[in-house]
Order: sequence, then C-alpha cells, then structure tokens
Amino acid sequence: MSTTLVHGGPGNAVSDALTMIGRSIRLSRRNVDTLIMAIVLPLLLMTLYVYVFGGAINTGTEYINYVVPGILLLCTGHGAASTAMSVTYDMTSGMIDRLRSLPIRSGAVLTGHVVASVARNAMSTTVVLAAALAMGFRPVAGAGDWLLVAGLLLGYVLALSWLAAGLGVLARTVESASAFSFVMLFIPYLSSAFVPTDTMPAVLRPISEHQPITPVIETVRGLLTGTPIGDSGWLAVLWTAALLAASVTFAITTYIRRTTH
Amino acid sequence: MIVEAVGLRKSFGSQVVLDGVDLQVAEGTVFALLGPNGAGKTTTVRILTTLAHPDGGSATVAGYDVVRQPAKVRAAISLTGQTVAVDDDQTGRENLVMLGRLMHLSRPRARQRAAELLDRFDLVDAMDRRVRTYSGGMRRRLDLAMSLVATPRVIFLDEPTTGLDPSSRTTMWDAINELVRTGTTIVLTTQYLEEADRLADRIVLLDHGRIVADGTADALKEQVGGDRLDLRFGTADDLARAASRLGPGALPDTEQLLLQLPSDGSAKQLHVVLDELRDAGIEVARVSSHRPTLDDVFLTLTEHR
Repeated sequence: MSTTLVHGGPGNAVSDALTMIGRSIRLSRRNVDTLIMAIVLPLLLMTLYVYVFGGAINTGTEYINYVVPGILLLCTGHGAASTAMSVTYDMTSGMIDRLRSLPIRSGAVLTGHVVASVARNAMSTTVVLAAALAMGFRPVAGAGDWLLVAGLLLGYVLALSWLAAGLGVLARTVESASAFSFVMLFIPYLSSAFVPTDTMPAVLRPISEHQPITPVIETVRGLLTGTPIGDSGWLAVLWTAALLAASVTFAITTYIRRTTH
Repeated sequence: MIVEAVGLRKSFGSQVVLDGVDLQVAEGTVFALLGPNGAGKTTTVRILTTLAHPDGGSATVAGYDVVRQPAKVRAAISLTGQTVAVDDDQTGRENLVMLGRLMHLSRPRARQRAAELLDRFDLVDAMDRRVRTYSGGMRRRLDLAMSLVATPRVIFLDEPTTGLDPSSRTTMWDAINELVRTGTTIVLTTQYLEEADRLADRIVLLDHGRIVADGTADALKEQVGGDRLDLRFGTADDLARAASRLGPGALPDTEQLLLQLPSDGSAKQLHVVLDELRDAGIEVARVSSHRPTLDDVFLTLTEHR
C-alpha cells in the first residue's frame, strides 16, 4: 500500500471543490422532501396569487405578468436559504471533524453546498417558469433579455446561498437554520413582488422601495415584460455584487473561526 | 515513541478536564485510554489529533508538534470519532471514493482503494446501498474504513464500539486486530474493560483528568491481587468451621455465607481444599474460581482515591 498525500496546489483546490460539489449535488438529489418543497411551494403561491388574489389586485397589467417575476425571486430566495440547513447538518454531524482533518482548503466544503444550491434553484426556477407559461404568463423578452435575467438571478442565488451557508455555519441546530428559509419566504412581501409599493402605507413604503429585492424584481420584470427599469438595473447589479462579496467573506471567515479552537 | 505527551492540561471554564497527563505510545502497538465518562479521554484524543489546543504541556505525534505543526500531524493520522462521520444519503462506495479524492488519490486509485476497503470490512454486499439503510455495526465499519483510505501511521479510535451489539462489537475488534497486524499504531479510548483487555498492549487508566494506573492488562490486574476461590456454604456454622480449618488466608463473608481463598489457579489446590472439607464433614454448596478482571482494577483504583 503506497498511498501518498499531496497537499495544496491550485489543481487540487479545483478538484477538491469539484468533489465537494459532486457530493452536495448527490445529497440534494436524494433529499426528495426539500426538492419537492422547493418546487411545490412557489407553484402553490403562484396559483394562489394568480387565481385567488389576482382578480382583486390592480397593477395596470395582466396580474400574472406582474407577479411571475416576484414568484421567481421568492422561489430562488427560499431555495437558496435551504443551504443553511444542509450546512448546519454537516457542522453538527461528525462529518465536519472528518472533513476539516483532511488536507483540503476551507472553502471547499461550503463551495460544494453553494454550487449544489445553484443547481437546485436552476431546476426549480425552470419548472416554475414553465408552469407560469402554461398558466398564461406572456413575456416579451428577447434572447438577450433572457440571458440578462438568467445572469442576474444567478448572481442573486449565489449571494443568498453564500449568506445562507454562513448562517448555517453559525446556527447550532438544523431547526434554527431553517428559520432563514422562513425569513426569505416573507421578505418578498415587503417589496414590489406582489403589489406595487406605492399602494403600501407611508411607514412601509421606504423599506419596501429600498430593500435589495425590489430593484432585482423590477429589473427582472422590466426585462421579461417590458415595464420601465430606470435606476433599478444598476441598483440591482450593485446590490447583488455587494451582497455576494459580503456573504462570501462572512461565510468563509465564520467557517474558519468555527473550525479552529 | 510515535505519540508522546508531557503534562497535558486543559480546562473548560473552571472545570479541569486534564490535569497533567503524560503518555508514551510505541510504534505498532495498541494503546488504550480507559476511564469512566468525563475522565478526559476524548479531550486527550482531540488534543492529539489537533482538534483542540492544550492549555499547558506539549505533545508530538509522528514526530510533529500537535500545536505548531497541525497540518503535518493531520497527514500522518486519522480519527474515528464517537459520532459516525459518514454521509447517510451516499452509498458506502460513494463515501469511500469521495474521501479518496479528497486525499488527492487519482480517480482510478480512489475507486480501487474503496474496493479494497469494502472487501476488507465485509461491506461488499451493501456497497451500493445508501448508508441510511446500514445497521449500527455496518456504519461503524464503514466509518473505520473511511479512516483508512490514506493508510495513516496512527489511528485514533474514540470509543469505537460504544452502543454496538455484542456481535458487531466482535466484528469491530477483529477489524482492529487486523489493522494491528499490518503494523499500524492504534490509540483507542474505551469505557469497556473487556475491550481494553482484548485489544491493548498497554492501558492507561484515566480518572478525573489524571492517570491513576499505567501498564499491561496483566500488570494492572496484579495490582488488585491474584486469583481467588469462592466457596459458598448452606449454613453459618459450616462457614465458620471451614474458615477456622482453612487458616488465616481465608476471608469469610457471613452475610453471603461466602469464603474467599487466595488461589494459584490450579486444579490440585481445589482438590486439596474440597477433600479437607469433606473429611471434616463440611458441605460446600458451590465453588467458583475467580480471576481478577479489569473491572476489579477499575473499581479499586477509581473508588479508593
């Protein structure tokens, strides 16, 4: 038996990350409950909004065209937040001691979870979008607009997944980590996701207009359905980039702090 | 010495967990840290495996300092902790291949190593099933196999058989004995005296963060005396007469009608004793021969402090 250990090196960093990504994707593919929840919940909400509330909400357009971008954001946010639970599960099981005693970089474990989260979300978003089209959603976007939407949503999911990963490292139990999913389920209500913000009371309006989700939603909505985007475009990019940078830093420093005593 | 610790100290808040522990483990031997819950076994292992820092003292593993050269130590050891560290939703094979890849084995080499280990730990039939469906014993075996992917020089096993049924425990012991044959050094912690007795070349008995005994299983047993013969009688009168007849070495227990005799463990001595009592017309109800166990050592040394 001549097993040799090789340390460090950029090639190893990439292969470590790929190994951890493969692991996390396998684990999420087999965690059927979470996967179903990530698709069924947005579908239910969309049905509820389009067929139950939609008739009474006046947004000046077909309500389904108004609400679908919001549903997409809610779907991705909720999906990304479940990363917190898988990270906490790793941190509280014996697995983390095994992983950290290996000669691999600190980021590899979290990278695996985050990339798996992006893959999960790409899938659930596609399903939700297909259902929206079947329910009568009529986007006017060209190929370039679709690419921009995909890019923006990708950045948004990445940022939220890293944030969730960091919170997952901090959380002591899987139950408390699941709280982030609830937060991400409710934050879109305080934005322009379901109703225009100018219908909200004066106290809530500034919060709803200036929280990061609103410009992202307005941009996605503008790109897909042709509504004016205005300042929202660069605000969305700025918010997403800043959130991503902050989340990655937060997640990795927290991970390093938690795994060295 | 492949593992050497001098004066290890560790406290959590005001609670002293390790109060000056010295250890020496020779290469290729099995070393057992024996002690009740809270004696400081796991803390010792966590320090030696670089997962915790000592407050005082120092330790080297495979020649590297556990505080100053943790990466070198980690490359030379593996740890199987108290909680099984495997992914429940991956198969046994996937778990092993993943670990091989993270140890930077090539893909074919990682697969080959996984196959070897699955075979060695009797997991071939279950290798493509999710670990979730495994029994407790199979999970522990897979966990141990995971620790061996990179053929470490020292293997730390923290309570490897706690919570296992007797047959899984035996399988685990066989697996550990197999490792020893390949020359690997093993440091294990256990609350089970039988386990230390069966596996270890050397035993350190830990209690309240201090070493209370150190030696081979036999040497420890000798500390509480040699073999004994237990004679049980039907009446207090028989007990009293037998005690006076068999001389000052015999210890009578009037409550249990029991007489304890020092013994050399031979059949001849048993004959002589029984013949003598029969000739005197004293009836012996039961006879048993008693070798001191590590349990006796354990109780004697941890209670009488």
